[in-house]
Formats: sequence, C-alpha cells, structure tokens
Amino acid sequence: MNNSHLSEANILYNIKDLVVEYHTRGVVVTAVDHVNLKIQRGEVLGLVGESGCGKSTLGKALMRMIEPPGDIVGGELWLDQTELMGLPEREMREWRGSKISMIFQDPMTSLNPVQRIDEHIVETIKVHEPETKKSTALERAQALFERLGIQKRRLNDYPHQLSGGMRQRTMVSLGLSLNADLIIADEATTSLDVIVEAKLVDQLEEIRKEFGVTILLITHNIALIAQIADRIAVMYAGRIIEIGSVHDVFLDPLHPYTQGLLQSVPNIKFDEREELYKMPGEPPSLSNPPPGCRFHPRCPKVMPICLKIKPQLLENTPGRQVHCWLYQNHPEKHQSTTEVAV
Amino acid sequence: MSESPEVGSDGAGENLVEIRNLKKWYPIQSGLLDGILSRNIYNVRAVDGVSFEIRRGEVFGLAGESGSGKTTIGRLVIRLEEPTEGNVIFDGIDLASLSPGEMRKMRRRMQVIFQDPMASLNPSMTIGEAIIHGLKIHSPETAKDHRKTALDMMERVGLTPPESFYDKYPHQISGGQRQRVVIARALVTLPDLILADEPIAMADVSVRALLLDLMVRLKNELNLTYLFITHDLATAKYICDRIGILYLGQMVEIGELRDVYEHPLHPYTQALMAAVPIPDPRERRTQTLPTGEIPNPINPPPGCRFHPRCPVAREICSVDQPELRELHPDHFVACHFAEDFL
Repeated sequence: MNNSHLSEANILYNIKDLVVEYHTRGVVVTAVDHVNLKIQRGEVLGLVGESGCGKSTLGKALMRMIEPPGDIVGGELWLDQTELMGLPEREMREWRGSKISMIFQDPMTSLNPVQRIDEHIVETIKVHEPETKKSTALERAQALFERLGIQKRRLNDYPHQLSGGMRQRTMVSLGLSLNADLIIADEATTSLDVIVEAKLVDQLEEIRKEFGVTILLITHNIALIAQIADRIAVMYAGRIIEIGSVHDVFLDPLHPYTQGLLQSVPNIKFDEREELYKMPGEPPSLSNPPPGCRFHPRCPKVMPICLKIKPQLLENTPGRQVHCWLYQNHPEKHQSTTEVAV
Repeated sequence: MSESPEVGSDGAGENLVEIRNLKKWYPIQSGLLDGILSRNIYNVRAVDGVSFEIRRGEVFGLAGESGSGKTTIGRLVIRLEEPTEGNVIFDGIDLASLSPGEMRKMRRRMQVIFQDPMASLNPSMTIGEAIIHGLKIHSPETAKDHRKTALDMMERVGLTPPESFYDKYPHQISGGQRQRVVIARALVTLPDLILADEPIAMADVSVRALLLDLMVRLKNELNLTYLFITHDLATAKYICDRIGILYLGQMVEIGELRDVYEHPLHPYTQALMAAVPIPDPRERRTQTLPTGEIPNPINPPPGCRFHPRCPVAREICSVDQPELRELHPDHFVACHFAEDFL
C-alpha cells in the first residue's frame, strides 16, 4: 500500500471539521474537536490515542452512533459521494452494516446470549437484504466462517460455547456479511490474548486483501498499528495531531507527543533502547483542557505561542500532516519568543 | 512434578519465598443432584503443580495468557487462598503452619498492588485514611505518627505536596495519582514482598514508564522483592530480573529474563514471544503461530499440556508430562525436546 495518492477518487470516507460534544450537568466536553481526516479506499488506517482522547467517540460518530448526552454539533461526513449528516435516521440505519460496520472490544456484550451464531448472521443479512433467502444467507455465513478458520458446525453454537478468539472472529464475519466498504474495529483485539490477537491481525490483513475492504483500526496498542496499518493518525485530547504513513511516523515522528509516545512504548527486542521515555504528567481532562496546544503542559519543546494559540493540522510533507507550532508560522510565534528571551 | 530448583538451601538464605508443588483445584458441581450429594465430578485445575522461588531483592515475573493460573498463584503465595496441595515457604516459614493470628501478623510483610486502582480504593475513604488503614492494623504507633508515616510515603511515591492529597477522595484525583496511592498504601507497612498483579495494565501508555520507574526506585530504596504478574511480556522486560512462563496451570519455563526472551527453549514461550507485536513497521512478523487456543483447564490434555498446539510435538509428548529441567545455568524448561532449541 502506498500513501502517495490522496486523490479524491481514492478517498472512501472524508471527515470534515467534525465536532462532537457531550453535555453533562452544564459542563460541555468536546470529545472530538474539529477533526479532519480522509480514509483511503482499501487501506488500514490506525487511529491511536490514550483513554479519553476521543478516538472511540470519533469511531462512533463515523456511523452516526453518538447517543445523548453526546451529539455531533458540526462537520460533514462524506462516504463516497453521500453526505451522511444530511440523511434521515431511517436511511442512515440502512447504511450502518451495509456500508460501514463496526467491531467492538467485547464480543460477549455485542452478541445475544440466547441466539445461536448462525441466527445472528442470517438476521443481519435479512434485515439489510430482505429479498435474500434464508438458505442463501446461511451459505454466506458458512463461507465466511470457513474463510475465518472456524468450523462450520460452530454456527450452531451459542456465543458462550465459543472461545474468545472465535467470538471475535464471529464479530468480524458479521461485519463482512453485508460486504461493507468500511469496517471500524474499536479495540477489537484488546481483550484477546497475545497469540489470538496476532492471529486475528493476520486475518484482518487477509480479509483486506481478499475483499478489498477498508479498515479503521482504533486502538491504544501502538505496536499493533506498526504491524498492520498503512497509515496512522495520532489523537490527543480530542484533536488529531499527526497523520502519515506508518513508516514515516514511526521512523521520524514530528509532533513531540508522537515522539514521546513512541519512545514510551515497550519493545520486547533487546537491541532497542533499554530505557523508556518517561513522559511527565497525564492526558488532560476534556472538560477542562489546556488552552492553545493541548499538549503544551507536557511538551519538552513548548514555546510561548503554544500556551495561547491552537496550531493547525497542516501538511508538512506530502502525505504528512502535523498539528504543532514547531512546523508552522504565525506572526506571534517569534514575537513572543523574543519577549520571553528579553 | 520436579522439586523446585534449589529447594533445600537454608530458609533464611537468598530465597524470600519458596513455592513447592503448589496446586489449586476448584471443584465444580455439574448439577443439582451433585450439589445435594456434595459430589464433585470435575475440578478446574487452575494451578497444577507449580514450583519456583522468589529471591530476595529481585523482581520475579509470572507471565501467561488468561487462564494460565498466574493470578491464582499470586493469591496463593500471599495466602489470600488456601492451596489444595503444596507449600509456600516465606522467609523460612511454612505459611500453612501458622495460626490465623500469626498469619495476620505475617500479612504486614506481604502486600498487594492490584490492576484497577479505582476498584481497590474505598470511594468513601480519603486517600490519607486509605493509606493509614494498614498501619492502624499492623503498627502500635499513635494516630499522629501514622499521619506522619503516611505523608512521608505519599511524598516518596510522588503525591506532592502530600498535604494537598491527604484529605482528597479517590474520584478527585487522576488515574495515575490513584495508582500511586495504591502503591503508597502497599508500601506504608514496610513489607518484604509486594504482589503486583498487572499493576500498570490500566494506566495509559504515556504514564506507564513513570510508574514502572517509580516501582523500581522504591524497590531499591525500601529493599523490596516483587512478584510481578503480567500478560504483557514487552512491559515485563523493563522491570523483571527473572521470569516464569505459565501454560494452563503449569510452569513451562523459568530463567533470567534476557535468557528466556532471547533464547526461549519451550515451543510455547517461542510462540508467545513471536506473537508480541514489535512497535516498528520494518519488523513485521513473518512466523506462523500455533493453532487453536488455550484449552479448558477442567480436562487438560494428557502428557505435555501444550502438545495439541505444539509444532514439534512427537508421540511421547501426548503421554509423558515433561519435568522442569535446568538446561543452562538458571534456565529451566519443561519440554522433552528442548535440547533441539539450544
């Protein structure tokens, strides 16, 4: 996969200036703060960030699944040629599943415990394609299970009879059953053991190749992104602060947060640096975020302007965007620096 | 099962804890009739004949997937549970020989740090109260002394200035600070052994390095010994001196961390190591992984428990259970064919 062709035709999903807010007891929390992001057709895009950075909210917003007290208060969501925010809910419901589907972290809470696995898949297909015969739907379910390496007879089981890995693959097959263009996997591998997780990652890779599906992988597991993704988007406190190909970002991170984050990821190999970077502080609360650049209280390269004015997410080199004053100019940038120097 | 390595050295020697042939079977009653007749037909063999020692001043890591028995072993070592069979020798004293009163006194010397700080702190107790709670039980000092001891410890763990945290409630501080409270509470009685069960698994990546560093620093300052339980082999690398790898209630490999990581001798350890994602897109995994998932501990496979998934298994593996053997100085493995990997 190469990252060079960001032409409009290659963009499957275009997120423009998306804002999602939660209103609780008079407090407004902006979980997604003017996010712009383009997802390319056929890619695996990794969206990483720590807990509370808004990455899960962003994932749900892409399916318009934000529930009160949350709300999408601004922005446009373009899937191919259709703007989803303008669709009535009834129509949106048809798009969920058939065009975009989502795999969640905990398959046990997403599967109905008193419904057999085959019923889940057949029902999903029938809801979206009422004209499909039950037998045809069942055949599709069997083919998917075979494809994912689960014995067909397991379709007759109830969710509790499957292992964790099989349940998660069931979720994947549900996502694939309608030939969705985009699969959003939100911490889909997080509750799995490391060997099962690695195998699921291999399967996602095969599925991507075989079905040409686009995958948005939302995770806090940065090493996993390095293993599977083509591009990475790093989120911090409600904003995307860096985007690029995994090679570029991992080998030469530009944003000081990305730099620190990558250096604090443990690496099992011994030839790597033996000390982890000890980033000071903690991610801020979104109900009271710092002004200017939200990373400034933890940033080793902080400048006076960072405390006052929010940087923009700007293209640095082709295919590479960064939200940091180190890489962009502003009349006040040098002015304030000299003031401090004096 | 073999005797633990180096059992037989004098109790007050280099080993703080010796674990000998530890077993924990949980009976399950399969139906109402079995319940009435108190018949136990099945046992979940959570821990099934585990021996190892924890040396004074070291960090001993216990790693394995879910269901491997690592958490149960931790609970048995500090006697939160009674073993079905086997002994825990703590500083030369067999814990089974202690009366409840003596055991209560012994508890001052062994403390716990659990994974979820929010769940292990009482929400209606201030941080100061939580920390001095253990002191009240274990030390005869006055309330004023307790307060001073608590404040000192809070300062040590980085809750500074301690006075500003003392009267706060858990919900009023950040996640990282809560984990520091839990650490302070465990250390305030000046124990010898700390059972740390996934102590940083809930913390954000950018916060983990500081917490790990804190744990290492406190260990050296206060002459502590850690039993560090984790599923995260990459993180274990940065804190453990030695590591034991568990599979289905049994130890398959024990050794110096670097030996085990760089030259794993058990096929299961090799699979685990290969599955851990490396945070570098240039090093994508190419090895294939073992088939299947960790089997049910109610009816574990005969012989070597890993044999149904093992790529090098031969006939003997399904019949004879391999014993832990020392193949290298201080490097033990339970595999019939481990020599092949030397």
